[in-house]
Amino acid sequence: MRHASSIISLGLFSFLAILAAAFAHDQAFANHMWVLTIVLVISVIVLLRRENFQPAAPVDPSAYMDGPIRYGVIATIFWAVVGLLVGVVVALQLTYPVLNIEPWFNFGRMRPLHTSGVIFAFCGNALICTSFYVVQRTSRARLFGGDLAWFVFWGYQLFIVMAATGYLLGITESREYAEPEWYVDLWLTVVWVAYLIVFLGTIVKRREPHIYVANWFYLAFIVTIAMLHIVNNLSMPVSFLGSKSYSAFSGVQDALTQWWYGHNAVGFFLTAGFLGMMYYFVPKQANRPVYSYRLSIIHFWALIFLYIWAGPHHLHFTALPDWAQTLGMVFSIMLWMPSWGGMINGLMTLSGAWDKLRTDPIIRMMVAAIAFYGMSTFEGPMMSIKTVNSLSHYTDWTIGHVHSGALGWNGLIAFAALYYMVPKLWARERLYSLRMVSWHFWLATLGIVVYAAVMWVSGIQQGLMWREHDEQGFLVYSFVESVAALHPYYLIRALGGVLYLAGALVMAWNLTMTILGYQRDEAPIGGTFPSLQPAE
Amino acid sequence: MSEKHIDEVSGVKTTGHEWDGIRELDNPMPRWWIWTFYATIVWSLGYVIAYPAWPLLTSSTQGILGYSSRAEVRNDLKAADDSMGAYRLAIKDKSVADILADDQLRSVAVAAGGAAFKVNCVQCHGSGAAGSQGFPNLNDDDWLWGGKPDEIQHTIAHGIRFTKDDQTRDSLMPAFAEVLDGEQISQVSAFVASLSGPVRDTSMIEPGKTVFAENCVACHGDNAKGNRELGAPDLTDAIWLYGGSEQAIVAQVRAPRIGVMPAWNARLGETAIKELATFVHALGGGEK
Repeated sequence: MRHASSIISLGLFSFLAILAAAFAHDQAFANHMWVLTIVLVISVIVLLRRENFQPAAPVDPSAYMDGPIRYGVIATIFWAVVGLLVGVVVALQLTYPVLNIEPWFNFGRMRPLHTSGVIFAFCGNALICTSFYVVQRTSRARLFGGDLAWFVFWGYQLFIVMAATGYLLGITESREYAEPEWYVDLWLTVVWVAYLIVFLGTIVKRREPHIYVANWFYLAFIVTIAMLHIVNNLSMPVSFLGSKSYSAFSGVQDALTQWWYGHNAVGFFLTAGFLGMMYYFVPKQANRPVYSYRLSIIHFWALIFLYIWAGPHHLHFTALPDWAQTLGMVFSIMLWMPSWGGMINGLMTLSGAWDKLRTDPIIRMMVAAIAFYGMSTFEGPMMSIKTVNSLSHYTDWTIGHVHSGALGWNGLIAFAALYYMVPKLWARERLYSLRMVSWHFWLATLGIVVYAAVMWVSGIQQGLMWREHDEQGFLVYSFVESVAALHPYYLIRALGGVLYLAGALVMAWNLTMTILGYQRDEAPIGGTFPSLQPAE
Repeated sequence: MSEKHIDEVSGVKTTGHEWDGIRELDNPMPRWWIWTFYATIVWSLGYVIAYPAWPLLTSSTQGILGYSSRAEVRNDLKAADDSMGAYRLAIKDKSVADILADDQLRSVAVAAGGAAFKVNCVQCHGSGAAGSQGFPNLNDDDWLWGGKPDEIQHTIAHGIRFTKDDQTRDSLMPAFAEVLDGEQISQVSAFVASLSGPVRDTSMIEPGKTVFAENCVACHGDNAKGNRELGAPDLTDAIWLYGGSEQAIVAQVRAPRIGVMPAWNARLGETAIKELATFVHALGGGEK
């Protein structure tokens, strides 16, 4: 009875979910609880069918626990494709409003589905599975907490499903990147604390004298996200069986709390966590030592200290007091070099291995990822300058900035980590096809370049149209004229998204075939040059 | 683990630690990186001295430049007002007809009204003021409630069928589905359509004319030219608010749709409304 406790608790929770649906305070909550019931009942059935009564094979405590990582890799691939697909859909909805299908699939509900899908489902799964992979290998210790790692994996998937279905049902807190309502937030808190216990426990029982730099970044990410998530979501439900809650903050305090959260979700989820990924997979793939230990210490502490203060730059020229705007801006400027410390350490780690760019598309992907990281961490401080912000704020420039970071940095470094891990996790000699990785690289890079370039043009045009005045001082364009002018850019942006999605589909195929144990018969990249001979 | 170790490729010493095969070089931090970092810190210190920055108990440091974003907006708005102040005062004092007669004032009022139109009116009337189904085109000379300067001004100021304003333009066409039978409605619709174009079944025109005379002339007039006192549209000019097909006319006779426009006087004030009226009048269809 290996699954007995899981089956019993899932069955109990299914029953509670039915009760919650029956006595719901509002229809949306009832619908959401029915979704939860269905998910839980399916889990019970799957577990019952997989149950066997043989005594479980004893666990080798010295072996790494790779089961949740393998599941995490598959979930990462799946959510990447889903999140990017929804991104293409919302891009097309902006281009052709007729594609808004009321009420479940209108832009207002689909947009958080896209942002949460790529940030929390795709990037979140990538972070959890790579952190489990990295912390075990750099600590030479099995994951702490036994099956708790499985709870983290499945609990996180349940969070994603509840968040996503909630958005489509119209349940939202309307806080950007924190849209799930109070009960989903509570569940994520439970899962996240379990994640922290697994990760920290593994570090505590490590068999290395020092904690590797990647783990500092992962730990900073886990701890800070816990703090941000809890504070930003402090709220009072209207009913404990209802889907609506009200924030503990109001007015500009609420806005500032939200952007303290929102900015540091970028800072700690998408920057610190992914730097952890970079610090392990880049040296491993390049087979080179990390460039500078001292740089990694200084830029780590500078980054986490400075990032947390930069949020107010999202509220320039609003009701936020001037002093807070000033501080948000100067901390963003000071953040530039600490961010670039990661770029320098990543790129310089490749010194002595630059020739691999020609033959190893995974290295190419890592280099492009770090380059996009450097570009967007320069662009960010620049956009936080109030003069620049007065043009760029509320325009597509911001959207382009976010996507050069998300598609370029987060996407490419996560894909590279997947390409590195999959053959090792499933004990395959090599990937199904290295040439398909190269295709993925070019499709993705072209997609990002198209996306970012077209959003710069449209964002700056939008900003200029909004502020355009004639010689008498009167407004020249109406808002709707600026919307109409963006139509061609929106179409090209959707095309950039399609290219990036196509790359992800190539990856999904390639990794699926690798997992299934196939190897594509293909000529090696770079041709069959004779190996270099020492000069005579 | 911490024996001295030199990386062969770069010749640089490592820190001596190793994790899963990863070592770390003991390179110094790049000088340019450090100095740029220091430069941003120094610049930031200067900035927080110059601008409001540090929170105190109930206020904050003001910065030696004395900058305030609210004061900046106030000054910008005041400068804009001052530059146009003389014109604005003149516009406030004159009637729309007088503004139209004065070249200088007209050009200012048309520009100002155009800007106000872009913010407040395009949502219904369209960026080119051409309207769409249910929203009148303001470029033509077909007016529901009158195209003279003071008539346009009154419509903008008090709105149409806007119940919160007691001077609002108001009228209601009854639903003739409750008065006429289906055949009569088809006949009268054919007659109305025939006033501005060909119809399918010309035999319906004559009986339709009778129905029209008995039911419609009170508002739309004997010659179907409409009545601006009541906002009753001219039915002979092939300009239609809800479509000109016989089918569309039948629908409108059976259960009329009517438009509502808010009163803008409270929100925009008299000067801006005169500017808007001048702008709309000057679009092309304004009447003397």
